[in-house]
Amino acid sequence: MPSDPLQLSAVEIVAAVRSGDLTATACTEAFLDRIARTNGTLNAFLCVDREGALARASDVDARRRAGRPLGPLAGLPVGVKDALCTADLPTTCASKMLAGYRPPYDAEVVARLRRADAVIVGKTNMDEFAMGGSNENSAFGPVANPWDTSRAPGGSSGGSAACVAADMAPVAIGSDTGGSIRQPAGLCGITGLKPTYGRVSRRGLVAFASSLDQIGPMARSAADCALTLEAIAGHDPGDSTSLTDAVPDYSRMLDKPLTGLRIGRVPEHFAAGLDPEVARGVEEAFAVFRELGATVHDVRLPHAHHGIPTYYLIAPCEASSNLARYDGAHYGHRAEPGGGHRAEPGKGHRAADGRDADATAAFESPLVEMYCRSRAEGFGPEVKRRIMLGTYALSAGYYDAYYAKALRVRRLIRQDYLDAFESVDLIGGPVSATAAFPLGEKTGDPLAMYLVDMYTVTANLAGVGGISFPCGFTAGGLPIGFQLQAPALAESLLLNATDRFQSLTDWHRRRPPLAV
Amino acid sequence: MSSASPSLSRQDVAKVALLSRLALSERELDHLTGELSKIVGFVSQLADVDTSAVEPLAHPLDSQNVFRDDVVTPSLTRESVLRSAPRHDGESFLVPAVLGETGAA
Amino acid sequence: MAAAPSPADVAAPGSFTTVIGLEVHVQLQTATKLFCGCPTTFGAPPNTQVCPTCLGLPGSLPVMNRHAFDLAVRAALALECSIAPFTKWDRKNYFYPDLPKGYQISQFDLPFSSDGFLEVVDPKGAFSRRVGIIRVHLEEDAGKSMHDEAAGTADSRIDLNRAGTPLCEIVTQPDLRSPQEARAWLNELKLLLVYLGVSDCNMQEGSLRVDANVNLHIPRPDGSVAKTPIVEIKNMNSFRSVERALAYEAARQWEEWRATGRELGSAPKQTRGWDDPAGVTRGQRHKEESSDYRYFPEPDLVPVRVSADDLARARAAMGVPPAGLRHMLAERWGISAYDADVLVNQGRDLVAYFEELAGLVGEGKVASNWMQQDVLRTLNERGGTIDAFPVRPAALADIIGRIAAGDFDTSRGREIFAEVLASGRTVADVVASLGIAAVDDDALEALCRELVAANPKIVADVQGGKEQAAAGLIGQAKKKNPNVNPGKVRAKCLEIIRGL
Repeated sequence: MPSDPLQLSAVEIVAAVRSGDLTATACTEAFLDRIARTNGTLNAFLCVDREGALARASDVDARRRAGRPLGPLAGLPVGVKDALCTADLPTTCASKMLAGYRPPYDAEVVARLRRADAVIVGKTNMDEFAMGGSNENSAFGPVANPWDTSRAPGGSSGGSAACVAADMAPVAIGSDTGGSIRQPAGLCGITGLKPTYGRVSRRGLVAFASSLDQIGPMARSAADCALTLEAIAGHDPGDSTSLTDAVPDYSRMLDKPLTGLRIGRVPEHFAAGLDPEVARGVEEAFAVFRELGATVHDVRLPHAHHGIPTYYLIAPCEASSNLARYDGAHYGHRAEPGGGHRAEPGKGHRAADGRDADATAAFESPLVEMYCRSRAEGFGPEVKRRIMLGTYALSAGYYDAYYAKALRVRRLIRQDYLDAFESVDLIGGPVSATAAFPLGEKTGDPLAMYLVDMYTVTANLAGVGGISFPCGFTAGGLPIGFQLQAPALAESLLLNATDRFQSLTDWHRRRPPLAV
Repeated sequence: MSSASPSLSRQDVAKVALLSRLALSERELDHLTGELSKIVGFVSQLADVDTSAVEPLAHPLDSQNVFRDDVVTPSLTRESVLRSAPRHDGESFLVPAVLGETGAA
Repeated sequence: MAAAPSPADVAAPGSFTTVIGLEVHVQLQTATKLFCGCPTTFGAPPNTQVCPTCLGLPGSLPVMNRHAFDLAVRAALALECSIAPFTKWDRKNYFYPDLPKGYQISQFDLPFSSDGFLEVVDPKGAFSRRVGIIRVHLEEDAGKSMHDEAAGTADSRIDLNRAGTPLCEIVTQPDLRSPQEARAWLNELKLLLVYLGVSDCNMQEGSLRVDANVNLHIPRPDGSVAKTPIVEIKNMNSFRSVERALAYEAARQWEEWRATGRELGSAPKQTRGWDDPAGVTRGQRHKEESSDYRYFPEPDLVPVRVSADDLARARAAMGVPPAGLRHMLAERWGISAYDADVLVNQGRDLVAYFEELAGLVGEGKVASNWMQQDVLRTLNERGGTIDAFPVRPAALADIIGRIAAGDFDTSRGREIFAEVLASGRTVADVVASLGIAAVDDDALEALCRELVAANPKIVADVQGGKEQAAAGLIGQAKKKNPNVNPGKVRAKCLEIIRGL
């Protein structure tokens, strides 16, 4: 057993803690020290709970010494995306709106992690309210990609991806609304699973787009994801959209041979726009699967190319409603009365163009002023854009043309998957068109940023699961991600196929040359 | 710069901002008018998809009839309810006066 | 705008038809809120019956209360609505501080029920009206915002205890034709919902709220009909206020129409608030954007499918509604429709009392008379519920039975009733303590002979063919012994006189 806990997998850590070869305290300290040394560079954690984590770890150790039973994640340090409510830690969604906000309850997933004896080390950085693909939309600064700190880690679960890639935690929890687990996992060279919609409870996950949001594990390997998913998946009577199906023993099904497995390959994925290096990595991954006994077949997803416009209507529409609660009335940021120099929308435009009107008096009431100014101050630009886009698409006269239209195309997209899974067991392909891009490259162009989700949003629209894992590196030393998608509730197959891939390759074992 | 298809006027954007309860400066309003026009132009490509025989799909789940029993569970303490309130008087949330304004029906 | 008509052009004042539709919200009688387990008890200290879900905290999710849905279905069935086999929930988006999520979970395009009716029949025959129900749907309530205008402070206080309470919204067709009808219909609706255990319909506690839409149809001499703009009236806190507000508004619209000639369609729907102390409606300010609620399907809830079996079960659990009960009482006990109406309108417990009494007495009409003249009057004077009424059906039946047996007359029976009511003692006890032992035949005969002997004038009159003169003997007999049965006295005296 290596003496350095940072080098152990989650599976190994739990085994070592249970056997007594490693104390949870020593393990937690090692990761906390690593966080202390690297977070200044990466900004992956918004908050680190050193004291709480060590207390938790020492409790696990005490119970082990007393011979009491330990949970399946005993002593395992976990980073939790700051979109999940934690009663003992701030939950900000990386927004100024919720700066310092402390929920009075734990998210169901957080409660399950605690019950499984995991050690939550802190809350990870993210795009504000999970809106973004680069983590640059955080109100608390971007996260740096551990493989190249001048580049973005992807998003929105960028902090979770970076913390695993940089050994700040063996496992992190992310959430995926349009690719927010899979894309940063791909760009950071780790393994990230977006389960089937409803597999993991959303209760306590700060909602972005309720019909698309899903929580999932991010770790170095499929085996570590399987261990974590077993702990967090399952029916929650407090989430009406939570599935009642029993949770399989994912870990036990990892080493099933892939002989006869049919993997679909979508030719359109390789059309213009896909970086040639990424294309090469993806094709090599298909070759590995063939080597493992799988067969690869071309399949069509005829409406997949409508995924981005469909997603960028449905998600903002739901978000515009989900984020209406942040109005400064009951919690969160409230603008100070009387301050500011912002015009009330709809009134200020009477002023001369280009002049910032001080039109406070134009608000129809102090209440409306409080709402408008609190939200203007609390939300960042991308969140505002999406709220406005969604509000527009739902408003009288536009609903049918935009929202209802997108819902119809959504059905076509889901039908594509149902049809494709008639002939293949999984669908493989790229997770994003390029490897990690430089910080700042896309921040001025919202549409360009939206396109980074082009290979991932369709799984959310259809509600199916997907996994992303490293399948190679660019010449510049950046990870290339591969994505597998599966029919609903086929997480065990996603994890099994990924584990077999990782049994034959060592891309997932590589560590970034992070200078700290 | 903005797309050929449905572009939003400054007035449209101002109206949406009020519906969204977002105060915008004149500059932000200008900026957003351009950006939103571009994005709306982009998503408008869905108009070309033939969906005449397709029902909307609002949710990926097929489940239905999820209920809970009518059994009381503990409420929060008022202290924890008001802890995060920007303004309160120990009993109630305080907001700027809502005189004469009505919510919905 | 149409030119103001000169008085000569219009029909005589009062010849218009008042057209009224109602929108009623009732709070369902559940233990917990619609989407969370917080209690719905009225009057709790502010913000003590709230949790993450009804506070709309980040990450909170709704789960539907089965009992609330069942009660809503029961209400819809009782209102003869069709129940949709598939129903879903929608978000109605608007900003208001008593609405912590920024949207209300309601139903928009697929309400769970529609197309029903509820009939109201005036028992005195003044009107009979079948009022169409457009839809009944289920939604959550908002919290309360309170502003102390007198204090002149800049803040309003928000209490979210009520937020998330289950409400049934009932929307009628514009089928009502007078303020009186509207009030009578509301009484019938309330009775129905209370009977079925759907709601306590307590307006003071806000568990029943009414808004009314009203306009006038005014026939013109040329046969066409002028329609005034529809006004929605809010802030009515009793059925009496509804009646008064509608009457005021009809008169106001008539005057306005006479002055301006303004018709429906010339202006957006106006909302007016009822000022009860002043007895007037006042215009409320209208916000142009407020109607854009951006409804869309609530993604945090799943739809509900209602099967035929579910409906059969709901019907079986429903019980007999008031209209059916009125028929049943009239038929089973041979009482008048008016009497049946009076009894049923007092609620299910009083009907149960009556049926027990009528069964014991073995005769409906007498039982009904006692209910109306004695039980109800006393209840009204004393207050309280029939359950706690001290004279139970068995005791009352005992009194009625003794009257029938000739032990004493009705007015004596009333005295006994009053004494049982006041003392809580048994009938037998009271009869004994008042000395109302039945007068035995010997004593009666002795008394009658004494009276006959003492009243030769009456005896002569009777012998002369004027039997009614015997009444004078009865009065004297009662003075000498209050317990004598007047009928028996009369019969015995006549017998003695004939035998002279």
